[in-house]
Amino acid sequence: MENRNLEHFEYDNAIVRNFLIATVTFGVIGMLVGLLIAFQLVFPELNFGIPITSFGRLRPLHTNAVIFAFVGNGIFAGVYYSLQRLLKTRMYSDILSKIHFWGWQLIILSAAITLPLGYTTSKEYAELEWPIDIAITIIWVIFGWNMFGTILKRRVEHLYVAIWFYIATFITVAMLHVVNSFELPVSFLKSYSWYAGVQDALVQWWYGHNAVAFFLTTPYLGLMYYFVPKAAERPVYSYKLSIVHFWALIFIYIWAGPHHLLYSALPDWAQSLGAVFSVMLIAPSWGGMLNGLLTLRGVWDKVKVEPVLKFMVVALTGYGMATFEGPMLSLKNVNAISHFTDWTIAHVHVGGLAWNGFLTFGMLYWLVPRMWRTQLYSKKLADFHFWIGTLGIVFYALPMYWAGFTQSFMWKEFTQEGFLKYPNFLETVTALKNLYLLRGIGGTLYFTGVLVMVYNLIKTANAGNFLANEPAEAPALIKFHEESNEYWHRWIEKRPVQMLILSFVLVAIGGIVEMVPTFLIKSNIPTISSVKPYTPLELEGRDIYIREGCYVCHSQLIRPFRSETERYGDYSKAGEFVYDHPFQWGSKRTGPDLAREGTDKLRKPNAWHYTHMLDPRLTSPNSIMPPYPWLIENKLDVSLLSEKIKAMKKLGVPYPDGYENQALDDLKKQAKEIADDLKKNNINASEDREIIALIAYLQRLGKDVSLQKSTAQK
Amino acid sequence: MEVIYLLLSISVLIALAFLGAFIWSVKKGQYDDVVSPSIRILFDNNNNNNNNNYLDNESKTTKTE
Repeated sequence: MENRNLEHFEYDNAIVRNFLIATVTFGVIGMLVGLLIAFQLVFPELNFGIPITSFGRLRPLHTNAVIFAFVGNGIFAGVYYSLQRLLKTRMYSDILSKIHFWGWQLIILSAAITLPLGYTTSKEYAELEWPIDIAITIIWVIFGWNMFGTILKRRVEHLYVAIWFYIATFITVAMLHVVNSFELPVSFLKSYSWYAGVQDALVQWWYGHNAVAFFLTTPYLGLMYYFVPKAAERPVYSYKLSIVHFWALIFIYIWAGPHHLLYSALPDWAQSLGAVFSVMLIAPSWGGMLNGLLTLRGVWDKVKVEPVLKFMVVALTGYGMATFEGPMLSLKNVNAISHFTDWTIAHVHVGGLAWNGFLTFGMLYWLVPRMWRTQLYSKKLADFHFWIGTLGIVFYALPMYWAGFTQSFMWKEFTQEGFLKYPNFLETVTALKNLYLLRGIGGTLYFTGVLVMVYNLIKTANAGNFLANEPAEAPALIKFHEESNEYWHRWIEKRPVQMLILSFVLVAIGGIVEMVPTFLIKSNIPTISSVKPYTPLELEGRDIYIREGCYVCHSQLIRPFRSETERYGDYSKAGEFVYDHPFQWGSKRTGPDLAREGTDKLRKPNAWHYTHMLDPRLTSPNSIMPPYPWLIENKLDVSLLSEKIKAMKKLGVPYPDGYENQALDDLKKQAKEIADDLKKNNINASEDREIIALIAYLQRLGKDVSLQKSTAQK
Repeated sequence: MEVIYLLLSISVLIALAFLGAFIWSVKKGQYDDVVSPSIRILFDNNNNNNNNNYLDNESKTTKTE
């Protein structure tokens, strides 16, 4: 080898170490919160009767922590480690790396503060309020800048397949985040989604699905294609297949989103489109999984003794299971059973615990000894982690599958006379309590393994000697470009990636800015004339409903099945949701659907709601709902009311001109009516409390459509 | 429902961007060799043996010693 072009440089290991520490730290915190909320569903006392620890606020904290803090930092650690080595260069800029790291941790910190305090947009996995959304955008762009900068100064011409997965992750997540986070600020930490009802649901699940695809899947596939061959010390089974896997996957993945909205008010053709593409996804997904597993051909003896490889095998198997199950859940007949039940929870946790969790653990066990230049402290403990973690996944998933089937079949069961066999929803919940307990135990096993890993890794790091800047050398990249006279052409040729992204971003931003405000608001013209905007008190009540995270357990979407229309009333229509900024359809029914809570069929007295919120077990023995005593003590904050009305008007909600000045009077009037009604039932509630607003909102749900019906019948 | 056209156009834009990237990568000869890149990643600093203490200690060293 001639040394003419040999260049000396250093890999930045410090940034990888920082992201690794963050991964482990937030993994522990996120899973601990997950454990707490798992046990809250068995022992409601664990909600402690205070706002910041109630299920509705902690569940978003759990999902955000494990997705964006644990997996997110895991992605960055793996990307920063592998990218430098794959391209034989240091990261583009140490300063950008640092801004990226600290910026991301600050975002996590702000999420950890705002979510328990109830500042939420209520859009799942996108709950963070608008200032944090902007911060995420900035930090994400810095990550991309740093990554593309590194790609451009690479010393290896070929971009290894893992890098393509990283690029796809960056571009798609940026787009999804920006489109889904379109919201109109009302105050510093309160905003309304730009979209309403069905539109909002569509955008949200287009985002939600692709967040799973491009945050939990593609970056981890990139890591898999780097770390599995490295750990097995052999090339990937088929590099050709990995290239096909990548391109096929990204071209198919973005079309599958509508499978989250089967049997909803979404048009049929869109539902079918989503289902077809979901089924097609099996091919690239399984191609990738088999490619990963077959990489280990000939080294299965090594898998037996090497914990790193064991973790990766289970991760790949989990990926295969989840990507087979996903398309199955996208079939309408299967979805009819699974949707809104714990089956979904089982599905995401097979993906989360096995695929993301175990691949992260494998990566950690491989990276830490290398970066600290020592041996793993204890292989035995790592083996223990592996087995208890695997057992934990089984104990988590099986009870959840069982619970999903049990509840769904109880919802759908009719007596021979044609009545619902379990008309009381609570029966279908209490039937699951033991399964919820088992799930909690499964989670505890898994979490124990994680704690053992933390100990093992700390011991390893302490015994080792960390090298912050690892020296390396590689020949400079020889440029084959010929000189061209056309300057702009040369410029583009040298910067294909930059140009691609630049033009893409420009076109997309231009399109969004032009289209969204005009045709979205115009399209919100009600198709059901009896559907009217919320009164000011109901609007405030709705914001409390959002703040407490009621949507986490209560859906507001009745599907067109007899079992649902019998239980809740007429199925939901698109026209009912035109003033819902944001939509509140939810994705899980731990409690009953509330879309028609205010109709004659389901209506309960104000006093019932009051007592129920004070302590659900007073009205519904054995209920697992958290108590909300603070709603009775807290004064309703109406300081933003006129701003809220103004914002809603801007979004196309037809309040009369100048209504923002009259809103407060109307609010007080309606509050007094409810308080008077409560007094008649010997409940001495003052009319300026939050509970009054929430009752007003709950009593309004579904009422408009039932009004239209009764007038039509007359 | 009109928002679906927005989502579709953005999805198409993303797909087109990736199509462009795909054509670029093929034209650039990224996939002319689909064997050696997978092997190359296994060797970090293979011409710098003084500094390979982070390489897999178990197999590499036992084989040579």
